[in-house]
Amino acid sequence: MSTWEFAFDAWLVVVLVWLAIRTLSEARLFKSVVLFIALGLFVAFAWVRLDAPDVALTEAALGAGITGALLLDTVGHLRGRKVPYSSAERDSQGKASASDV
Amino acid sequence: MSDITGNTTRWQRLAIIFILAIVFMIIARGVVAIPEDILGVAPHITSNLAVSGVLNPVTAVLLNFRGYDTLLEIGVLMLATIGVLSLAKNLSLAQMRFSPPADPVLALMTRISVPLLVLISGYLLWAGEKAPGGAFQAGSVLGAAGVLLALSGHTRPAWLNVSMLRASIAVGFVVFLAAAVVPMLLGKNLLEYPVALAKTLIIVIETWLTLSIGFMLVSMFIASAAPISRDLEEPVDAESD
Repeated sequence: MSTWEFAFDAWLVVVLVWLAIRTLSEARLFKSVVLFIALGLFVAFAWVRLDAPDVALTEAALGAGITGALLLDTVGHLRGRKVPYSSAERDSQGKASASDV
Repeated sequence: MSDITGNTTRWQRLAIIFILAIVFMIIARGVVAIPEDILGVAPHITSNLAVSGVLNPVTAVLLNFRGYDTLLEIGVLMLATIGVLSLAKNLSLAQMRFSPPADPVLALMTRISVPLLVLISGYLLWAGEKAPGGAFQAGSVLGAAGVLLALSGHTRPAWLNVSMLRASIAVGFVVFLAAAVVPMLLGKNLLEYPVALAKTLIIVIETWLTLSIGFMLVSMFIASAAPISRDLEEPVDAESD
């Protein structure tokens, strides 16, 4: 392994561990989720360095993208946003019609 | 570091870190002990690649040699989506928006990004034959495009009604299951594609898998999302309207 590759791998390991520690120790949830998304992207880098590009693609899209979006939603929920909304299809009781999905 | 750990004392945390460090060292020792030039199954895959119908070894393993695993994966994903959708209490697909109409910057970026994402998804699906790519990658990019659309205040398109959503969630698994079972009716084993048809079958399966995965991810996201209140700046009480 050349020096450049070794240096890059070492830097990647340090960044991964540091991001993980910061993600878990951060008090503000929003910042923690953003760090988690960044961690997902660096894990995708790690997969590329391990010669697994398919896994890297999936990790970037799902781990950083979808999971990050879902976690951001959770943070929004936890901030006290209540459920309802204004929709033309609500019935007279003021509740939305039962899930018709 | 800020304290978000609640009631654990400093010594408890240090003890946990110590135990985890020992576990890490055991695992690291095992990883480092793997010889550099181990080949494993790779020679077998490479020698049978011509029979599998594709040129990329990863796709060959996922869709052909270990197709059973992928079939079960899609089944599990479908079950998870059904579970999430059935738990969404106040979700009605008829609601028009999942987020307020986007500000101009987000609207512009969505208009640029979403067609590009759909194109990238199609490319990843097609490239999965020869290069890294395939159904899961393409499907997750498609799901990301759908999530971006939902988050930027676009209304539900008219063709997306309940039955269409259900059909598109189910079609991936159904097509894969059909392709897996039909060889049994012809006297072969489960998932034993006829060699001449293997390439076509894989492409067809992957296409419907991509569509399905995209819709599953989007509906899981939307079902978990908090529908917006009129004013996002302050929380809205459940009874007021």
